[in-house]
Amino acid sequence: MNERSELLRVEDLKVHFPIYGGVLGRKVGAVKAVDGVSFTIRTGETLGLVGESGCGKSTTGRAIIQLQRATAGRVFFDGTDITTLRGKALRRLRPKMQMIFQDPYATLNPRHSVGKIVGEPLKLQGLMRGKELEERVAELLKMVGLNPAFARRYPHEFSGGQRQRIGIARALSVNPKFIVCDEPISALDVSIQAQVVNLLQDLQEQFNLTYLFIAHDLSMVKHISHRIAVMYLGKIMELTDRNTLFEDPLHPYTQALNSAVPTPNPALERKRKRFILTGDPPSPANPPSGCVFHTRCPLVIDECRTQIPELREIFPGHFAACHLADSKGSSKIAL
Amino acid sequence: MDRILEVRNLVTRFYTLDGVVHAVNGVSFDLRRGETLAIVGESGSGKSVTVLSLVGLIPKPPGKVEQGAAYFRTEQGRIDLLQLSEEELREVRGGQIGFVFQDPLSSLNPILTIGEQIKETLTRHLNITGEEAKARTIDLLAEVGIPDPELRYKAYPFQLSGGMRQRVVIAIAIACRPQIVIADEPTTALDVTVQAQIIDLFNHLQQTLNMAMIWITHDLGVVAGLADRVMVMYGGRIAEVAPVDDLYERPAHPYTVGLLGALPRLDSKESKRLVSIEGTPPDLLIPPRHCPFARRCRFAFERCWREMPELTPLGPEHRVACFYDMERGGPRNE
Amino acid sequence: MAFDNLNFSHEPDSLLDKERTWGDRVRYLARLLWRDRSGVIGVVIFLSVVAAALFAPWIAPYDPLAQDLRNSKQPPVWQEGGAWDHPLGTDNLGRDILSRIIYGARVSITVGFFGVIIAASLGMIIGSIAGYLGGRVDSVVMGFINLLLSLPYLLFVVFIAAVLGRSLLNVILIFGVTDSPIFARVTRGEVLRIRRSGYVESAICAGARWPYIIVDHILPNLIGPLITLATFEMSAMIFYEAGLGFLGLSVPPSIPSWGNMLAAGRKYLTSATWIATMPGLAIMYTSLGMNLLGDWLRDVLDPRLRRSRR
Repeated sequence: MNERSELLRVEDLKVHFPIYGGVLGRKVGAVKAVDGVSFTIRTGETLGLVGESGCGKSTTGRAIIQLQRATAGRVFFDGTDITTLRGKALRRLRPKMQMIFQDPYATLNPRHSVGKIVGEPLKLQGLMRGKELEERVAELLKMVGLNPAFARRYPHEFSGGQRQRIGIARALSVNPKFIVCDEPISALDVSIQAQVVNLLQDLQEQFNLTYLFIAHDLSMVKHISHRIAVMYLGKIMELTDRNTLFEDPLHPYTQALNSAVPTPNPALERKRKRFILTGDPPSPANPPSGCVFHTRCPLVIDECRTQIPELREIFPGHFAACHLADSKGSSKIAL
Repeated sequence: MDRILEVRNLVTRFYTLDGVVHAVNGVSFDLRRGETLAIVGESGSGKSVTVLSLVGLIPKPPGKVEQGAAYFRTEQGRIDLLQLSEEELREVRGGQIGFVFQDPLSSLNPILTIGEQIKETLTRHLNITGEEAKARTIDLLAEVGIPDPELRYKAYPFQLSGGMRQRVVIAIAIACRPQIVIADEPTTALDVTVQAQIIDLFNHLQQTLNMAMIWITHDLGVVAGLADRVMVMYGGRIAEVAPVDDLYERPAHPYTVGLLGALPRLDSKESKRLVSIEGTPPDLLIPPRHCPFARRCRFAFERCWREMPELTPLGPEHRVACFYDMERGGPRNE
Repeated sequence: MAFDNLNFSHEPDSLLDKERTWGDRVRYLARLLWRDRSGVIGVVIFLSVVAAALFAPWIAPYDPLAQDLRNSKQPPVWQEGGAWDHPLGTDNLGRDILSRIIYGARVSITVGFFGVIIAASLGMIIGSIAGYLGGRVDSVVMGFINLLLSLPYLLFVVFIAAVLGRSLLNVILIFGVTDSPIFARVTRGEVLRIRRSGYVESAICAGARWPYIIVDHILPNLIGPLITLATFEMSAMIFYEAGLGFLGLSVPPSIPSWGNMLAAGRKYLTSATWIATMPGLAIMYTSLGMNLLGDWLRDVLDPRLRRSRR
């Protein structure tokens, strides 16, 4: 993996949404949805981004794909900083990075036929038209396991899984290098989730695609990702390869997440000692001081309440943002 | 075995614009005192409609319970829930049968404080004074793990987080010490860490209150640590029903096998390709004449397209509706 | 016969293999209409009024202006003294009320139709601009529109009618302009919603520019709600036109319109009630039909409410 080239580099990305208040509508604060996130993704790799609702994982994805302006920080795609691109330059870059959305129904215009939806990016980029476009659409539909004759149908005639396949066909139409998958399977039934995940993996192999896979379901993220970043309240808590994240997590939050995931094994579940976090994640409009996790952390020390922990490389390739994290396992929760 | 609920040959249909939706097609099962029965299936499997039919919660029209019986054993004797009037059902719901739904926000009244809502359930079903009800409400809030119950008594639903709201809904469900609690995807809308809290709470409550529970979900992962028995539904029918260990270790229906294969395992190091069930769920507008799973089944043979498989026993508690014997690898002998 | 649907292939989605023909679609629409009986009534009423307006010279038994003083104030056929030669009776000048009601539909439909077209066009333009550009433009435009909406409507109309004089064109213009804020407001709301929708975001990801987004994504999704609104507004305009006519502010009295007929009949409310009640019933009939139609359209035009195969 290491010899692969770096495709995407995110440096200290911040997305703050202003809060307006008072009679005059002045800015009274900000929701720090993403607050200083940095990572890289290599070509052909899948980076999983997990976290609970409101942790900023989707906003991170949207800021990378330039659907959301970043407040600060830079995003390098293939070596160029794309946060400064505007207008035509940005539109020309768009086909190289595509997005697969969570709700496959909301992202398909109910009044457009499937053929039009799938072919839209090609048409907009002026790459194809007429018969050639029609053939390409048919090919794309076949590629994602749909009947090419469906091109004339409308989104409401399809099931959730089929709609997500349409969304994937559309994203693939312009031969992107990089795809942000924003919770692409959360709205689907279990048996259909497996279909979509398998399809995404097949396509990755076939076209050497690079994915940022955003999800709240840890087990699916582990299944599809090479490396995983765990987010909490706008910050990355831990970042490492998938097996290490599950077998040897350093950050207490990752350990709690692992412990919360149910396994489909009744015997194991009965024996399993789990560590259950108390309370809910705090509001990103009013994050705790110091380490944002300190209000729920069982290992909290005084330093955590005042000092913001940096994301440090504890082992080669294994990053954690915790004051206690070290090679001796001081940040491990005893069960 | 002490059966608290016996459902027999339940059939529910919806008369819609597109035709008749055959939502539940002859479902029979028992619920025992104090056990947790998980009903697992994907959307359109009839898992929710089955349970909602029992307590008169399906919208009528277009829905209609066509036939069947649901014998509920109470202190007053055995009653058939399907024969009760709407008024009698209201008495049962919230009284002897409690509910927890997926979205806590829509099951709570936004303009009443949570304390008032719990109190209302208590005074409606039990013969107690307002004073007593208030004291009981505060006890209930503490019981479901809400910190500062006296203070939270006066809180409105919007002031609470999703997890706290679901705890309030649970408090309402258990307020009258019901014999049965029906939970319809109660953790689907919650975050993983909060989901773990709620499952933990349910386990704890069930042990202390000894109530029977029906847990409806699409996720076999959640069920493993929670259920005593699991009932897998497909196309409005029961595909397989078994004690939880049997179901995970010796799944006998190809659909159950597929569902288990579709789950990624955290306990295995190598990530194998997921086993997916190809195709889409059955069209319930078509009246069922053969095995509803045949179209997606790897093992389907000619008989599966001709006949409807009935639930047949495999072990003392394990029953499956399939003509194919997975263990022997061929059609099942009669 | 059990083998009819034998299908061992694992081709997903075999459910959808059956092609949907136009015949299927028409049948589906017919079923939708049949299911909602009040929709059928609405469609029938609306079409009957439009037909009356279009074909008045062929349908009406008499010239609506022809006076026949010997036969004045003849009661409708079901009352004592009524006769089949004037089924709904005659007015104080002996004019046939049925014929006048049929011709009166022309004024109502013309005012309603063109009034709505003007209001909808103006409203759509203003609302789209406010909704799409947002920010300060939005605040200013919407502030102005709210101001317009807060004016006492009738007073406003009376004033303009007094200044511009009585003519069909003036009535249409007044209605078109004064009703446009409602269309603007609905348009703006829809534009805001659609702009944030997933499919617009995904069009942006595909490299779409804003003119394309407006034409290909926003407008087609606006049409459903606007047609529904237009139906209700047309009904309201027909109603208000009659009101203006009654006050003597609409078309000149020489033109047969329902409002004018109401006004003329007022004097005979005690002696010849039918002169005023017949046009009143015509107004009621039309507005009932159009409201039923609007309710039905609201359900039919929303693709999200159309049940999918799954």
